[in-house]
Amino acid sequence: MDYFVNVTLTGLTQGMIYSAFALALVLIWRSTRIVNFAQGSMAAATTFIALALIQAGQSYWVALVVALASGFVLGAIVERVIIRPVEGGPELNAVIVTLGLFVAIQAGIAIVFGSSFQSFPTPFGVRGFEVGGTTIPLTPTSLYVIGSVLLVMALLVALFRFTRIGLAMRASAFSQEVARLLGVKVGGMLTLGWGLAAVVGSLSGLLIAGGTFVWPAYMDALIVFGFVAAIIGGLDSPVGAIVGGLILGLALSYVSGYAPRGSALVNISALVILIVVLLVRPGGLFSSTTARRA
Amino acid sequence: MSDLHSPASTGTAGKATDEAPVLATAGADAPSAPAETRRSFLPQSTLLRHLLVLAASAVLAVALLELSSPYQNSQLATLTYYAIAAGGLTVLTGMNGQISLGHGALMAAGAYTTALFLDAEEPLPLPLILVVAVVVATAIGALVGVAAARLHGPYLAGATLALAVGLPGLAIYFHDIFGGEQGLRVRAPRAPEAFGSFIEAVSGNSASNTKWLAYVGTICLLITYFFLANLVRSRIGRTWRAVRDQEVAAELAGINLGAWRVLAFVVSAAAAGLAGGVLAIVVRLAAPSGFTLVLSLALLTAIVIGGLGSLLGALLGSALLVFLPPFVTDLGGDLGLDQTEAAQLAPFVYGVVLIVAMIFAPAGFVGTIRLRWMTAKAKRASARAAGANGG
Amino acid sequence: MAEAHGSTAVSATGGTATSTRLLEVEGLTSAYGPVRALDGVSLSAETGKITAVLGANGAGKTTLLRTISGLVRPVSGRVVLDGEDITKAPVESMVSKGMAHVPEGRGVIAELTVDENLRVGSLFRGKVGKDEFDRVYDLFPRIAERKNNAAHTLSGGERQMLVIGRALLAKPRILLLDEPSLGLAPRIVAQIFGLLRQLVDTEGLSVLLVEQNARSALSVADVGVVLNIGRVVVTDSARTLMADEDLRHAYLGF
Repeated sequence: MDYFVNVTLTGLTQGMIYSAFALALVLIWRSTRIVNFAQGSMAAATTFIALALIQAGQSYWVALVVALASGFVLGAIVERVIIRPVEGGPELNAVIVTLGLFVAIQAGIAIVFGSSFQSFPTPFGVRGFEVGGTTIPLTPTSLYVIGSVLLVMALLVALFRFTRIGLAMRASAFSQEVARLLGVKVGGMLTLGWGLAAVVGSLSGLLIAGGTFVWPAYMDALIVFGFVAAIIGGLDSPVGAIVGGLILGLALSYVSGYAPRGSALVNISALVILIVVLLVRPGGLFSSTTARRA
Repeated sequence: MSDLHSPASTGTAGKATDEAPVLATAGADAPSAPAETRRSFLPQSTLLRHLLVLAASAVLAVALLELSSPYQNSQLATLTYYAIAAGGLTVLTGMNGQISLGHGALMAAGAYTTALFLDAEEPLPLPLILVVAVVVATAIGALVGVAAARLHGPYLAGATLALAVGLPGLAIYFHDIFGGEQGLRVRAPRAPEAFGSFIEAVSGNSASNTKWLAYVGTICLLITYFFLANLVRSRIGRTWRAVRDQEVAAELAGINLGAWRVLAFVVSAAAAGLAGGVLAIVVRLAAPSGFTLVLSLALLTAIVIGGLGSLLGALLGSALLVFLPPFVTDLGGDLGLDQTEAAQLAPFVYGVVLIVAMIFAPAGFVGTIRLRWMTAKAKRASARAAGANGG
Repeated sequence: MAEAHGSTAVSATGGTATSTRLLEVEGLTSAYGPVRALDGVSLSAETGKITAVLGANGAGKTTLLRTISGLVRPVSGRVVLDGEDITKAPVESMVSKGMAHVPEGRGVIAELTVDENLRVGSLFRGKVGKDEFDRVYDLFPRIAERKNNAAHTLSGGERQMLVIGRALLAKPRILLLDEPSLGLAPRIVAQIFGLLRQLVDTEGLSVLLVEQNARSALSVADVGVVLNIGRVVVTDSARTLMADEDLRHAYLGF
């Protein structure tokens, strides 16, 4: 029973990170109809920036803020310089561009920061809380992970629901031409959207790195998990991405926790889940309208 | 077909030269029949023409292999498996419009199969083993293809990305069979006696094992490209292009889009399997680290740079994958990077090339040159026509 | 192209000038590849009037509006709004120059609510008083009821009301409307056109209306411009055009 709770909590914590990453993919997909396969590499880059700061003696929090800010700048630059020329073109071209960016940034990290495994700190402990003399499988770190993802999501909701710029971003995402005719500077909104998405992606990169090791390709699996989570949620829906992330986190945690030598099966399980969802419900689990063509 | 006499046949990349004529047509959709009678000195039949080019290519390949150093022989062996895989991928992506990041994983299937069969007490003959590798990869490709046929663009890219990241996990999970992270050492097959005497007769060189493997790779490459070149010029190739360009019209014409997409995936997977088999014997190792996402992305770079859909382009692009890394690694060393950092310059360049090519020359280098050339030709033709009408 | 201004009495609503061409299009040519959708089109829309551009499918009506508002860049020709050359101005700036374009197919943002749609329309103006929204809701009580519903739940007529209301929140001097009657019941069309007339007469709004439904359009318009395969065939007062039976048969289909 304890074990089950433990596995479940691990799944939820990991799932929160997948949710955040999936949310970053969905934000970009909604505004530009592009899946940003470079999201993982971009997040890895900002994580390495944070690591360099921490190794230079800065606090975790300074590093976190700088990393998120550099994520925003990176996302905005990528949209302006690299994505803009292929926006609205053949979808294969955009896919190939983000893949090129993915491999270029990853190699760039290796050139600048080296390819070796490096440990990344976490600001909180990884030992479970004690309640009435027994240790429960809930750690300060997992609370931090869950809390920070929830905070970011709340901020995003507030931005999109209650601010004028949020409304302009939504209008641009749903209908670029109409938004332009209404005087919305759509180009700026897209850049802003990519920047914000990169912040959220960077956050998930920093969170997944906390307390473990990082290397240039450490986000490879997370791209897949984030993509699968986003697909489960329908790729168009922020709420779907969050729920999809939690579902995937739990599923993978159970595979890892219960299947014999399950940790080696995690990646292939994600593949299986993806294929099943794409074949059975290509519009995602929550599509109420007719499933769009996947 | 006047476009057979492509200017690209002045290419520098070794073996590329001899293959240029026929392969340049592979992705060319331009109807060129009217010009045919005027300029062509090759036979009218596609098959015959391809056979002629095949024979010429074989002769040139032998010359190339015998005139180059042992180190270059091994580079050419590497080129062959990249080119085989890229050839398959360009059929899928260029001709049928499907993207795959899973070809590294399909190559792994071929490589592990080859490794396992070569490890037997009494191994089967090498050609048979390679056939088995192809069959295994094809079977997996068919499975993936069935799922992939319903997907497009980013969905397909994401699904095959998951395949590329997920499948190597199986090698670790079943480590008793596949050797886990360490992978499987491959017992390199010995060259038959006849090979020694053949080399002796041709060039007087000694028939090293490296040379033998380069020959095996070259033979596989020639067979694959001969097969693919005929395929893309056939009704099947035309249907693929129709499925890619005229989805709705093709469906209205009664073409089962899904089935044709699966077929493209299967053909492409077969090539990847063979490539994996050749890789296994050339590298002598089948391990998860050999089939990372970067391999799949490198293949994508090769076909993008060559111009999607062109077999010649795939070959030239593969040459880049072989000859670029040592070049940029040296360059990195000169710039003061250490060994491991400099080794990352090659994937860095792949990425930059993908981005730059998509932004500035989406038709690829071969495609862009071909486009220019065809435009010029059309201009000349219309000028001639205008002249004829005027005078 | 001779410009015959049919309704001779110079409108007083514009105020100062005697000739009050608010929007002028001069020799506009637009092409999609080798196909010329507009071939040297010249016309003008006067202050305080409804100018209807009529013609069959493929006459270039939609391209005309899209070129005026910058969605399509012309090969040659000029677009002048109140003396300012706006041919090369960015699409996003048109609305702040006083020109609101309601595109073909109405252009509601389906995923946003009715109220959010209206708010997007006034975003560029900064803070806009609640009274302005109330005024739009007063003009169109039907969409007021559906204020918080997603726009995709609206009927065709309600959508048309929403986009016109949204355009009004931009406080435009000239409104470009692309086929507002398309797919609407005649009763709704009459209602919407009646309202347009009222806005023009009472508030000095100017309208450039593109319509295939020539009969309804001419019944509300002051001036009609007939377009055929990218060229202006005739420009005259709506009444004169209505009376010209040959022209109606040849180009207007009624």
